[in-house]
Amino acid sequence: MAVILDLVVQNAQMLLVLLLAPLLTGFVRKAKARLQRRRGPSLLQPYRDLLRLSRKETVLAEESSWLFRVIPYLIFAATWVAASLVPTFAAGLMFNWSADLIAIIALLGSARFFLALAGMDVGTSFGGLGSSREMMIATLAEPATIMIVFTLALLAGSTQLSQVAAFMLSPAVGLRVSLGLALVALVMVAIAENGRIPIDNPATHLELTMVHEAMLLEYSGRHLAVIELAASLKLLLYLSLIACVFLPWGQAQPGAGPAAQLAGVGAYIGKLAVGGLFLAWFETSIAKMRVFRVSDFLGAALMLGLLGTLLLFVSRSL
Amino acid sequence: MPTLADAIAAGLAIGDENPWPRRAVDFDHWRALVEELAAGRWTLLGLWGDQDAVHLALLDEAPREVAVVTHRCASGVFPSVGRLHPPAIRFERSIKDLFGLEPIGSPDLRPWLDHGRWGLRAPLGARPELASAALEYAFLPAEGEGVHQIPVGPVHAGVIEPGHFRFSVNGEAVVRLEERLGYAHKGVERLMMGADLERAARLAGRVSGDSTVAYALVFSRAVEAALAVEVPPRAIWLRALMAELERLANHFGDIGAICNDVAFALMHAHCGALRERVLRVAASCFGHRLMMDRVAPGGVSVDLAPEGVKRIRDLVGTARRAFPPLVELYDNTASLQDRTVGAGLAEPALVRRFGCGGYVGRASGRRFDARRDLAYPPYDGLRFEIPTLEEGDVNARVWIRIREVEQSLALVEQILDGLPDGPVRAPVAAGRGEGMAVVEGFRGDILAYLRLDADARIERCHLRDPSWFQWPVLEAAIGGNIVADFPLCNKSFNCSYSGHDL
Repeated sequence: MAVILDLVVQNAQMLLVLLLAPLLTGFVRKAKARLQRRRGPSLLQPYRDLLRLSRKETVLAEESSWLFRVIPYLIFAATWVAASLVPTFAAGLMFNWSADLIAIIALLGSARFFLALAGMDVGTSFGGLGSSREMMIATLAEPATIMIVFTLALLAGSTQLSQVAAFMLSPAVGLRVSLGLALVALVMVAIAENGRIPIDNPATHLELTMVHEAMLLEYSGRHLAVIELAASLKLLLYLSLIACVFLPWGQAQPGAGPAAQLAGVGAYIGKLAVGGLFLAWFETSIAKMRVFRVSDFLGAALMLGLLGTLLLFVSRSL
Repeated sequence: MPTLADAIAAGLAIGDENPWPRRAVDFDHWRALVEELAAGRWTLLGLWGDQDAVHLALLDEAPREVAVVTHRCASGVFPSVGRLHPPAIRFERSIKDLFGLEPIGSPDLRPWLDHGRWGLRAPLGARPELASAALEYAFLPAEGEGVHQIPVGPVHAGVIEPGHFRFSVNGEAVVRLEERLGYAHKGVERLMMGADLERAARLAGRVSGDSTVAYALVFSRAVEAALAVEVPPRAIWLRALMAELERLANHFGDIGAICNDVAFALMHAHCGALRERVLRVAASCFGHRLMMDRVAPGGVSVDLAPEGVKRIRDLVGTARRAFPPLVELYDNTASLQDRTVGAGLAEPALVRRFGCGGYVGRASGRRFDARRDLAYPPYDGLRFEIPTLEEGDVNARVWIRIREVEQSLALVEQILDGLPDGPVRAPVAAGRGEGMAVVEGFRGDILAYLRLDADARIERCHLRDPSWFQWPVLEAAIGGNIVADFPLCNKSFNCSYSGHDL
């Protein structure tokens, strides 16, 4: 019986992230539009876009190989698995033993690797441009992420997310400078990883300035729909990750009843809304930076992560 | 020091040209003038073809004189101006495409407007030839280790005008940019030939839609110069009012769009709202958002009602309240300044050489504004300043626009205060004649030259967009920048494709 309940909760979590992801994207767009005194499209517009794209004909470039057709599904699968590993509304999920920070980073890293391959596969100059920029960002963002993971793992004694969350809920955590540094660094990495302003502009139509979108330029139809959904999932994943690690309050504990589970869902959606609002406000108040300034931005994230780790070694109480 | 008038005095007078002199010159005289042009004595104002002649319009910057010289091309050739003075090269390539007249000694004989899709070679020349094959086009080479090319356009990811840009890049750094334009060629010069004044005025107003008032104005002024039409004072003032409203709308749009290109959508949204206000007031006062076909030879086609005056005054009040906070936002947003300061440098020497008008020229220290320097009414009686900066970067071009918005708001108020009463249109009597005019559009000085036959039909009409001198400078300004900064630099120039491609 307990196994069945666990399975239900785990599956609910997987479906929840899938269903919520486009809504979050729509919410951020709406919030940005309101901040610019525009009405903005409906919250449901991303769902409609996905439906529209999935019904449309898929056009393939003549030069493209089988990789180009397979990659959208690879990216989607990797991102979905990563997103469903992060405890969202309930801790102690069935797959918790695998919900490891390193595993999530590896999944996202492989999704990125395949996307960059797809960008170069068709042989257009924009795809190559996008792939090279994406890789430049990745080489800077991934070390920063690893440093953040080190900080958390040293504190919690584990890289498993549920244990990190449990540690954060426990009285042992206290007020630690390292955690503050890790939070700021993780937010910066999340912005870069999701191609948000100031690193990349998801709404731009200027081919020459694109990073993420440049790799997708040749995609259409259901392939594009799947990649768009994966991009939404990734944004959701990072917000969930920040929420799970730094704001684990409100999560349903293992063995909790349906009411607690529902309360957990409510708390989770509330956290996402706050995160989405913050993202919209941040993106509205800043211009995109020059491509080569990205290294400064992510270098700062790396330094913060490094400082967090070092502080732990220097002083056990900070 | 001899003036431009002295320099062309030896040429053969033609007779009925207005308001500036035109002289027919021989081979040697043409060459001598081109040498002086290349030495920086004059500024190139325009170079255009006719069936058997080429015309060269020159501006003497110090006393602000304009003169035109014409060279008869007896054997279908003329001495190249571009050989010594690069700003003329694209004009010569167009003359060769349209009229089949060959510039002898030109360093670049590739086609420019003709992409081999017309079915004709030299369609406006004395002997058009049938042609079917598309033309091969060789881009200029850029060689070196790791240098590769990025072709962009003519179809872009956004809804913008068509143009092809060939980047030679080393990683992200631009080694060379070459533009290829002509995709928006509509054959305006051919359509003009034989058109009556009404149709020709409509055509002129559609050369570049965002400058429709300026184009209609420059065309009408050229017609009025050719036929010695006395325009009623109220029409003259209403024209200036429309021209300033057009400038305001475009500058608001540009300032927002430049910020939007660095993903600062907040400025874009607010500036877009301001632009929309201007367009709506224009629609309610003149019956068309862009005021298309409202300026016509002889005057204007609609009068401004008294409640229109109030609406425009309200608009000025709103803009005066809403604009300064936006300027402050622009100036105080560090991430925005980080992108615009120092990007896309247009060298002052180059800008002077090309005679760039408008904000491109004035942001790089070329203090030229046709409203003052080739003053036409009512601007000769109005008070306004011509903001000039020396930096020549994207930021300077934004600031010139900001300052011009302030000037235009003041001008609109002055025009409303001084608006005379009376009729708004004078009859235009048919007759033979030749006229020229220069008008300051929001991009810079637009030149019109036209010749009318005895029925006042257009024999030849040439409209020169300011972008002719700005596009080449953009190529130079992007050199050394990174590819990702090109859209920003391009938007700060905001050259017209349509006006250039004709």
